[in-house]
Amino acid sequence: MKSFTYERPDSPEAAVKAYQRARGARYIAGGTNLLDLMKLEIERPAHLIDVNRIGLKKIEETDEGGLRIGALVTNTALAGDERVRRDYGVLTRAIVAGATGQLRNKATTGGNLLQQTRCPYFYDTNMPCNRREAGSGCAALEGHSRMLAVVGTTDACIAQNPSDMNVAMRVLDAEVEVLGPKGARSIPIEAFHLLPDEEPPVKEFALRPGELITAVTLPPPVGGKHVYRKVRDRASYAFAVVSVAAILQEDGTGRVALGGVAPKPWRRPEADAALPKGSKAVADVLFADARPTDDNAFKLPLAERAIAAVLADAQR
Amino acid sequence: MQFQKPAGPNPTDRQRVLGKPTPRIDGPAKTTGTATYAYEFNDVAPNLAYGYILGAGVAKGRITSMDVAAAKKSAGVLDVVTYKNAGEVKNSDFNTAPLLAGPDVTHYHQAVAMVVAETFEQARAAASLIKVGYQKADGAYELAERKDSASVPKDDADTRTGDYETAFANAPVKVDVTYTTPAHAHAMMEPHATIALWEDGNLTLWSANQMIEWGKQSVATALGLDPSKVRMISPYIGGGFGGKLFIRADAVLAAIGARLTGRPVKVALQRPLVFNNTVHRPATIQRITLGAGEEGKLLAIGHENWSGNLEGGDAEQSPAATRPSYAAANRLAVTKLAVLDLPEGNAMRAPGDAPGSMTIEAAMDELAHELGLDPIELRAINDTQVHPESGKPFSRRKLMDCYREGASRFGWSKRSMEPGKVRDGDEWVGMGVASAIRGAPVMTSAARVSLRGDGSVLVETDMTDIGTGSYTILGQTAAEMLGVPLERVEVRLGDSNFPVSAGSGGQWGATSSTSGVYAACNQLRTAIANAVGVDANAATFADGRVSAGGEAFDLTEAGALTETGEVTFGGRGDEHEYFTFGAHFVELGVNAYTAEIRLRRMLAVCDAGRIFNPTSAKNQVMGGMTMGAGAALLEELVVDPRYGFFANHDLAQYEVPVHADIPQQEVIFLDGEDPLASPMKGSGVGELGICGPSAAIANAVFNATGIRVRDYPITMEKLLPRMPTV
Repeated sequence: MKSFTYERPDSPEAAVKAYQRARGARYIAGGTNLLDLMKLEIERPAHLIDVNRIGLKKIEETDEGGLRIGALVTNTALAGDERVRRDYGVLTRAIVAGATGQLRNKATTGGNLLQQTRCPYFYDTNMPCNRREAGSGCAALEGHSRMLAVVGTTDACIAQNPSDMNVAMRVLDAEVEVLGPKGARSIPIEAFHLLPDEEPPVKEFALRPGELITAVTLPPPVGGKHVYRKVRDRASYAFAVVSVAAILQEDGTGRVALGGVAPKPWRRPEADAALPKGSKAVADVLFADARPTDDNAFKLPLAERAIAAVLADAQR
Repeated sequence: MQFQKPAGPNPTDRQRVLGKPTPRIDGPAKTTGTATYAYEFNDVAPNLAYGYILGAGVAKGRITSMDVAAAKKSAGVLDVVTYKNAGEVKNSDFNTAPLLAGPDVTHYHQAVAMVVAETFEQARAAASLIKVGYQKADGAYELAERKDSASVPKDDADTRTGDYETAFANAPVKVDVTYTTPAHAHAMMEPHATIALWEDGNLTLWSANQMIEWGKQSVATALGLDPSKVRMISPYIGGGFGGKLFIRADAVLAAIGARLTGRPVKVALQRPLVFNNTVHRPATIQRITLGAGEEGKLLAIGHENWSGNLEGGDAEQSPAATRPSYAAANRLAVTKLAVLDLPEGNAMRAPGDAPGSMTIEAAMDELAHELGLDPIELRAINDTQVHPESGKPFSRRKLMDCYREGASRFGWSKRSMEPGKVRDGDEWVGMGVASAIRGAPVMTSAARVSLRGDGSVLVETDMTDIGTGSYTILGQTAAEMLGVPLERVEVRLGDSNFPVSAGSGGQWGATSSTSGVYAACNQLRTAIANAVGVDANAATFADGRVSAGGEAFDLTEAGALTETGEVTFGGRGDEHEYFTFGAHFVELGVNAYTAEIRLRRMLAVCDAGRIFNPTSAKNQVMGGMTMGAGAALLEELVVDPRYGFFANHDLAQYEVPVHADIPQQEVIFLDGEDPLASPMKGSGVGELGICGPSAAIANAVFNATGIRVRDYPITMEKLLPRMPTV
């Protein structure tokens, strides 16, 4: 781990100013991902800005009838919030399906949005990886790729987004509020996570330099049955092989997003529209441009069957 | 003492302390953080420096350049150990791969350098500045590719009994199946770690090691030292499973780093290094052939095994599982070894028997299905009281008693004989069984037992407790033998200054090391009787007193006495075969949509003669069953043949079972004793639990779905193409 300097500002504005002052700075909140990456020499920040004392720990109701979740609300607090459990059940179910209680106690809403991939080659600095080192190549493409993405990929990168929370945020049409050197703005969740270009570097997030996530807002509740089905090898503390977040209405309409299959939470409006036609129709739309490897091609039929399980569950 | 079989009546027969479920006496120290592990002896020297090991970035080749200048200039750095300044590092008999690379690299993440610095963080930061150039060489990494090149290793022989080929060819019912098992990681909680301290040419190592005497001798060999100059200390070990039977890079490099810098040095392998830097259970390809008569009587059994290792390494002895298993007049057991350039393959919990049981016990289930027989009935038809190869009787074999007890407790009669018939909600439900069979070897073991002036007892031996419960059973043995409460016994382990014990491995530790304490206690009983002037042969020891001929003395009246005793077992195997037995029962559900397999219940009924401490023995069997569940469903070190390494080298990617994976798990021991086994009249069970459960799970998956997966682990993608549509 490279030596770094450290400061702990007391407001979002001060944090952004600190970023502008320092070179090679990174924000750190729960540290459940960044610290590991630093120990492995994957991330080598020169300066850490600890944002744990800048506030942003409240969940407030918006004027529109939705919720505004402070970026530093922990995953545990978010999953346990009465309003979230009542009106956005898919979010609670997704969060508690992830990691462990200890990690969820530390992990934050903003940090989870920025969770790194779990590609084995990303984690070994002896290996080529365009995401870690642009231009070095992608060792996963013809390597051990069982857990990796099947759609939305390019030959530059086939890493998956491993988050459970993000899939629920996507199906809920969340908006990500950020504050940066040029002021505040809001990024729709579908535009927040980026797909890799054909050529490296691999862009990951729509954040501009110095931008700090301050909140995530949820639109007013849409009702319906909220389901999160996580398919995994191990019964707990395992990343999704595939996951399905869905909100299903009694008339058969609804929304669906997949996790574990793409570099971002995977949702298509046409797939939502296909829900009344059943799992095959939905999967056909979601995987229209799929380019799986031999290792992970099973995710396509698996996801279709997982969607079928969710639809069957909703009818009970 | 030389163990004379069978053991006659002896003081352990009282079973006042031994045989009682007893919480581990080291438990409070462990749960309060006061049990000191190898990396934590921070007060042994005031100026500890930190080592950080850099692993090779290629699997095979030659180091062509190594630039350590920037690392040496980095803050806090004291020195950088490489092959250029380390001096000669010899391989001990226990190591195949050199523990320090250079100029040749023989496997991925082999240590190429170790930075020694004032702090851990400084050492780690400097290690990232070392630039190593490699000339890569082609290597062989896939067993399947190298299978045809495999040959019978020099120490092994194809064993044949009767006329296997003819008997199999003519058998009315045949099973001829090939299974594969992948490489497994020990995945112990505590990584390999050592603190090294030199004082006047003497080297002390606090090192996580299962076999203190082997470790001491190996370090001496590696560094060209007289063994009397080496002391190894390892009082607590955070899991070993065979991965700490032999010294690894941490021990040797800590010693060299300390010698170069003149500072005591502490080193722990960082987790991502453990998987490729150390050892693993090798992958296997196994062909099982079973020929039977229509009634289920086995006529021919064949078990052929292929595994790979570095040049000079050992083969995985999977046919060991089949040799003692079932009667059949005509038998074939073949072990073949190919040369691979992966990291070193070596012993992992029940080597041979664990992967062997994953195949023979699944193939028996296949045969039962072919015959339309209950798989327990097939075992009963082919059970034997004599070893099918040697013809010697087993000292004790209660395999079918285990099945009967288990079947009754588990509700086996509710199992559907036809697979794929039981549906519960979204899950197909199935049950499976498999036998647990594991050798009960013994080793010479010594101990020093002292009666202190206050009537308390001290036991000292270099035996290790790798989480197994050694402290407790050795304390129980001394307490029973000397008639004192367990609280009055102090047990000190894991120090090469203590008498040499059997150590922890091969499930020989429990019975051997307790027998060593038994031997020392017998001598001490005589010394105590003599001290108080009573007839030693007539003396009884109870309630802190020794009594004979109507006289009774408090033990304090004997004064302070010390005896060192040793047990040897020469000739024990001349007339009998020594094994432990059990039966595994599993019920599980397979999700009809996703093919996720979720265990519902596991039960093991085991027999090993006397169980010294039912609490820790149960704990051991449960641990083995849990590892067996991992081997069945989750665990696989994935080989990337392009780079020649195990790609999933951390615990996020190499998944082992968690509590949620096994909602209900039970272990039952049959009552009884085995006077032929040892003076303790029982055997250890540290590896029995991992023999069989994986096959029981595979068999339950078949019972649930009708799908037989022969390449472990049984993951969802292997079931999905054959699952019914939903």
